[in-house]
Amino acid sequence: MALKTTAEVCGMGHSMKRKEDPRFIRGQGHYVDDIKLPGMVHLDIVRSPYAHAKIMAIHTEKALAIPGVLAVITGKTLEQFNLHWMPTLMSDTQMVLPVEKVMYQAQEVAAVIATDRYIAADGVEAVEVEYEPLPVVVDPFKALEPGAPVLRTDKKGKKDNHIFHWEAGDREGTDRAFAEADVKVKQDIYIPRIHVASIETCGCVADFDRAMGHLTVYMTTQAPHAIRTVFALVAGHVGLSEEKIRIISPDIGGGFGGKVPVYPGYVIAVAASVVLGKPVKWIEDRMENLQADSFARDYHMTAELAAKRDGTMTALRIKTLADHGYADAAANPSKFPAGLFSICTGSYDLKHAFTEVDAAYTNKPPGGIAYRCSFRVTEAVHAIERITDVLAQELEMDPAELRLKNFIQPEQFPYKSALGWEFDSGDYPAALALAMKTIGYDELRREQAEKRQRGELMGIGISSFTEAVGAGPSKDFDILGIKMFDSAELRIHPTGKVIARFGTKSQGQGHETTYAQIVAEELGIPAAHVQVEEGDTDTAPYGLGTYASRSTPTSGAACAVAARKIREKAKKIAAYLLEASEDDLEWETGKFFVKGAPQKAKTIQEIAFAAYTNHPPGMEAGLEAVDYYDPPNLTFPFGSYICVVDIDRGTGAVKIRRFLAVDDCGNIINPMIVDGQIHGGLTMGMAPALLEEISYDENGNISGGSFMDYLLPTAMETPSWETAKTVTPSPHHPFGAKGVGESATVGAPPAIANAVVDALAHLGVRHIDIPITPEKVWDILKAKGVAE
Amino acid sequence: MAKHKIKVKVQGAEREAEVESRLLLVHFLREVLSLTGTHIGCDTTHCGACTVLLDGQPVKSCTVLAVQADGREVMTVEGLEQDGKLHPIQEGFWQEHGLQCGYCTPGMLMTGYALLERNADPSEAEIRQAISGNLCRCTGYVNIVKAVQHAAAAAKQRRTTAA
Repeated sequence: MALKTTAEVCGMGHSMKRKEDPRFIRGQGHYVDDIKLPGMVHLDIVRSPYAHAKIMAIHTEKALAIPGVLAVITGKTLEQFNLHWMPTLMSDTQMVLPVEKVMYQAQEVAAVIATDRYIAADGVEAVEVEYEPLPVVVDPFKALEPGAPVLRTDKKGKKDNHIFHWEAGDREGTDRAFAEADVKVKQDIYIPRIHVASIETCGCVADFDRAMGHLTVYMTTQAPHAIRTVFALVAGHVGLSEEKIRIISPDIGGGFGGKVPVYPGYVIAVAASVVLGKPVKWIEDRMENLQADSFARDYHMTAELAAKRDGTMTALRIKTLADHGYADAAANPSKFPAGLFSICTGSYDLKHAFTEVDAAYTNKPPGGIAYRCSFRVTEAVHAIERITDVLAQELEMDPAELRLKNFIQPEQFPYKSALGWEFDSGDYPAALALAMKTIGYDELRREQAEKRQRGELMGIGISSFTEAVGAGPSKDFDILGIKMFDSAELRIHPTGKVIARFGTKSQGQGHETTYAQIVAEELGIPAAHVQVEEGDTDTAPYGLGTYASRSTPTSGAACAVAARKIREKAKKIAAYLLEASEDDLEWETGKFFVKGAPQKAKTIQEIAFAAYTNHPPGMEAGLEAVDYYDPPNLTFPFGSYICVVDIDRGTGAVKIRRFLAVDDCGNIINPMIVDGQIHGGLTMGMAPALLEEISYDENGNISGGSFMDYLLPTAMETPSWETAKTVTPSPHHPFGAKGVGESATVGAPPAIANAVVDALAHLGVRHIDIPITPEKVWDILKAKGVAE
Repeated sequence: MAKHKIKVKVQGAEREAEVESRLLLVHFLREVLSLTGTHIGCDTTHCGACTVLLDGQPVKSCTVLAVQADGREVMTVEGLEQDGKLHPIQEGFWQEHGLQCGYCTPGMLMTGYALLERNADPSEAEIRQAISGNLCRCTGYVNIVKAVQHAAAAAKQRRTTAA
């Protein structure tokens, strides 16, 4: 896209340095743990050592005897106010604090409030809890077997551990296509439980003003407005009324989906502040964060693909068992219990598809949130991109050739997928062709063949993914009934400077810069003159927040539409000032001028000043606009990634030698920021592909509950990512953009897994579940007799 | 809990306080001195968000007791900017988009600063090695490496100009 604005205006397409950075590089970011209010006290949480146990007694006397300990809150305290349970976003319920039993290891059991965080921790040590262990259900398959202990005994009449069944597509048509197929492949694929592990953990400062009945909560939330409404709905009966609740989301140290849910700690802190009449701070430590906050994924999938002998794919079938822990606390839109998993037909022109997901309760933390992806899109993409390679192997066909043969073609857009989506735009062959050319695919294949002769293990993996992001159109998308529009409010001040407020909330994505650039593009006001604010429910317009790559598709769109409303009014003012007819005016970035007489012009700054000092008779003064944007469709970013790996036959270690990401997110606001998002997403794609996993033993004891054994990529494992772009604008978005923040997290894991399997394919290896650890690879090398 | 009087030079200025034996250096900096630029990410010395310089060496202040800093010099992210002028490492992170959420940034800056103090012209491998104890979840490290390289080049330029 050609630049329409100068570097001084800095509209779309400029790699503007970020407006938020001056505070961050000086250590002057304002995160929740930096907040210190007068009289503030600290909350710490007693957690269960058992995965499933009855609570026989909680002894608080010793804790209360410690000087500085102010209170101990238990489930029984909250039960008096009927606040011991709370709803999840998926219409399930979860405990705030337990009264009868605990359901997972590290579950909250009681809270200690003290004058200092060290004393609160002392108090936690001094609380004594008597438990009676109960049988533990860890395996979701066993959870659904007849006779399995029923976990949700709180649900009257519940006789099993089944949560939901969801399906999409044409079962019979798909079955028929499979029956008629020349070639069929089938693969079990497990995507393990992982955790977003943002470097800042979760926390809040709850400040209840008893005199005024006003509650302010500073909290790590990606969706402050929705949280305020949830608080009002859940705690309305104890007098918390929405207009007296203010949620402030300060600077957030990474979200990735983990800061969407309401965790018990937030609610306990609010309850404690109401009870004590003091500000209460609760900050998780890292182990609490990994062990108790919402997890992502945990999908046991069986994928099947049918094709003709020539490689034409004819049908896809995927059956999944989802392990949701003890409560369905996913953060999906209401009508999508399995998120947007039905994007699993991927980039291919599949006429028949059917998918079904069943979900089970187990003795694990509740969740099912995203890990930097749009509602189960990563799971779906991993399934289709892995099974495509399995098919290629079965057909002895090059995986690039198989993809090129089956891609939806550019002229087929808008494309109606077999599972019901309308893909807005795409050019899949172009993205893969660019990736293959840039990385030198044919040369790499030649090198691989030579290396195989010498016994060296090198693999090349491709992933050609399609995402569905930017939830979403109100006809389909809501959370707790609230439609998933999002908003922008622009006010132009007399001197032509802007305050812009949004219903979203940046957690590192750079909204203060990119939203300013949208205003600059639309109005010609320099981005440097646009002050962006988000995250305070008292000042920002209502919106559903930032996750699922939705900010640019929704609030970004709202920003452009609001700016265009302002331009309409500005035109009327310009016509008045120039004594010309509106029809005779033309817009050129930053000014209106009279057609054929460009010297007769009024800049947007002059018009803004007139809006307050010399506005036309009969017109309202001022220059501002609000837009609540209800997107007509999701956006469907896509890309083709190619990964090259070398495997060490002595250790089983996988080294990513090269990784090229070709992305297409439509028109780009800030290329520097987009590349930053891709780099980060790739790293969070590599992480579960090679390193990260949370697992449980048969007693429900966690493995991966601290950074000792939950391995985040460091600069040493992370390769120097290579990126390239194609640009296929979204036809329905006001400036042709698509979401981008999660593309790489979605696209990278199968590229890496496919590369590793490719390196071992000649040995008969067809699939390896992620994370592909050196241990797993070493076992294969040993079994195949090629370990050194 | 026993209390101890400590004197710590922070960004060159003497600070005195009476602290508990168990008080961590990071809490001393953040809560006693209100220097909240130093962040806490893990409590177990893995993430490096709390990295500060102790007598010029980068340490993870979540695993150092405040009393261990008695009589020593501490430098935090707040000490990088001098006389209203950003340090090249800060300029580098801004210029090269070496940060996103900003939470790991102070630790990264201090580690990068310490690296450049001992090695004015580090290779990419040396930079990656140096920051391998600092976790970043947002950037994928590519631009952090560039930011440190940018700072090295800028510092070189400053030296040349000064000479």
